[in-house]
Amino acid sequence: MKCDVVIVGAGPAGSMAARTAAQKGLKVVMLEKRQEIGDPVRCAEGVSKASLARLVNPDPRWIAAEVKGARIYAPDRSNVVMSEDRSGNEVGYVLERKIFDRALAMDAARAGAQVMVKARALGLLMKDGHPYGVKAMRFGEVFDIQAPLVIGADGVESKVGRWAGIDTALKPQDIEVCAQFLVHSELLDDEYCEFYFGNQIAPGGYVWSFPKGKKLANLGIGILGSRSESGAPVRLLRSFMEKNLPDARVLEMDVGGVPVSGPIESTTADGVILAGDAARQSDPITGGGILNAMNAGIMAGEMAAEALARGDTSKEGLKPYEDRWRATIGKQIAKHYELKEFLVNLSDDDLNSLSSSLQSEDISKMDLKGMLRVLFRMNPKILWELRHLII
Amino acid sequence: MLTIDRYKCGYCGACVGVCPACALELVETWLEVSDDCIECKRCTKICPAGALALMEDRS
Ligand SMILES: Cc1cc2nc3c(=O)[nH]c(=O)nc-3n(C[C@H](O)[C@H](O)[C@H](O)COP(=O)(O)OP(=O)(O)OC[C@H]3O[C@@H](n4cnc5c(N)ncnc54)[C@H](O)[C@@H]3O)c2cc1C
Repeated sequence: MKCDVVIVGAGPAGSMAARTAAQKGLKVVMLEKRQEIGDPVRCAEGVSKASLARLVNPDPRWIAAEVKGARIYAPDRSNVVMSEDRSGNEVGYVLERKIFDRALAMDAARAGAQVMVKARALGLLMKDGHPYGVKAMRFGEVFDIQAPLVIGADGVESKVGRWAGIDTALKPQDIEVCAQFLVHSELLDDEYCEFYFGNQIAPGGYVWSFPKGKKLANLGIGILGSRSESGAPVRLLRSFMEKNLPDARVLEMDVGGVPVSGPIESTTADGVILAGDAARQSDPITGGGILNAMNAGIMAGEMAAEALARGDTSKEGLKPYEDRWRATIGKQIAKHYELKEFLVNLSDDDLNSLSSSLQSEDISKMDLKGMLRVLFRMNPKILWELRHLII
Repeated sequence: MLTIDRYKCGYCGACVGVCPACALELVETWLEVSDDCIECKRCTKICPAGALALMEDRS
């Protein structure tokens, strides 16, 4: 089998890349190893309204709920509230990703991409050290797909980069390990995405509650890998739930990992582009990765069309992709990585002081940057190391 | 030897993402370990479900 570009993984990154490349006239094959795209979910499903609407037309079929904003709790339970349009790329809509991911794959298929499910990439085809497609297995049958370009959109567990010689293995300090329950509880807030911080609650991470309407919510936890231990996310989430939502009924359980490594050195190799979680493009502060994955997918699809038109899929020829994502989504990812490295080391006392200093301020119209500026003015001692990011 | 408790595994692939030896592979709901495993314990530490453990070889 031959085509112009093989895309490995049908998550948001893969589907956007497939759609973009197909729209530009390329012959596209997208492989997804699961038999059902989008299932099981490994996501809290929160996404900014305005940013999503710039990429796809919002469809009520995959929107579970809309929220008014974010409420952030310090360890002492004092809290600050941010409005939806200022809360960053994870707050606004809460999606139904089982439907959303499928809809994006469908858009790719409609644009002309060939989608294969239960089809797993097994490795790259190599000739003289240069990849020329992938070896895959579909429904037990092994076959080759020849293509001058492979886009690795294979998520947190990505292998495509490693096959091409890019070391994407995440160190424990560069992954948030997560557990999540879809819960029903009368005590849930249907209007706000909630975040709970504290070294006892979630070491190096936070607990979240993202409402999905009618007292349903994704209640989850992320812990920094280096501060976690076997099974800790599930254990800590359960104890949080028992303490805070004693009436909760669990309807679904998910586990997962989010890369928080910040920008990695290289996301391209000869004949290979990485996009989304595979390229470690999720946000190190929020763990939000849907929008970055979609944006990177589009950039990868555009790059594919340009590279094929020029007949140059070498690493050098793919450099524009590298430059473009670093100049756009990469800036925030890099900044937030630094911020995360700092925040995960704050004590509960520090977190409480930061929260209490915001109580007298009107931050309802502030974004993260504005809030940091106020925090810095009031807590220069705690935040001194961050001054270059704030001023 | 790395052991997998398949009754606990949530097949999320976090372990695959941290494995420095590329020794793990997730096949839908089935996690496979290859001979490349170097028993570094990264995966056992970060497994959110607590499904991975390193057993002493009893040979
Ligand atoms: C618990 C949790 C909560 C999160 N919450 C949020 C949130 O609220 N908001 C947000 O924006 N982000 C969130 N994220 C992050 C978000 O889920 C990811 O950033 C996003 O899914 C990345 O998209 P992707 O397309 O890069 O990868 P994925 O969505 O992971 O898709 C990769 C696909 O590749 C497939 N694949 C892998 N290997 C192969 C292979 N060899 N052959 C074929 N197919 C393969 C996989 O099966 C998968 O379907 C969360 C993550 C977790 C774990």
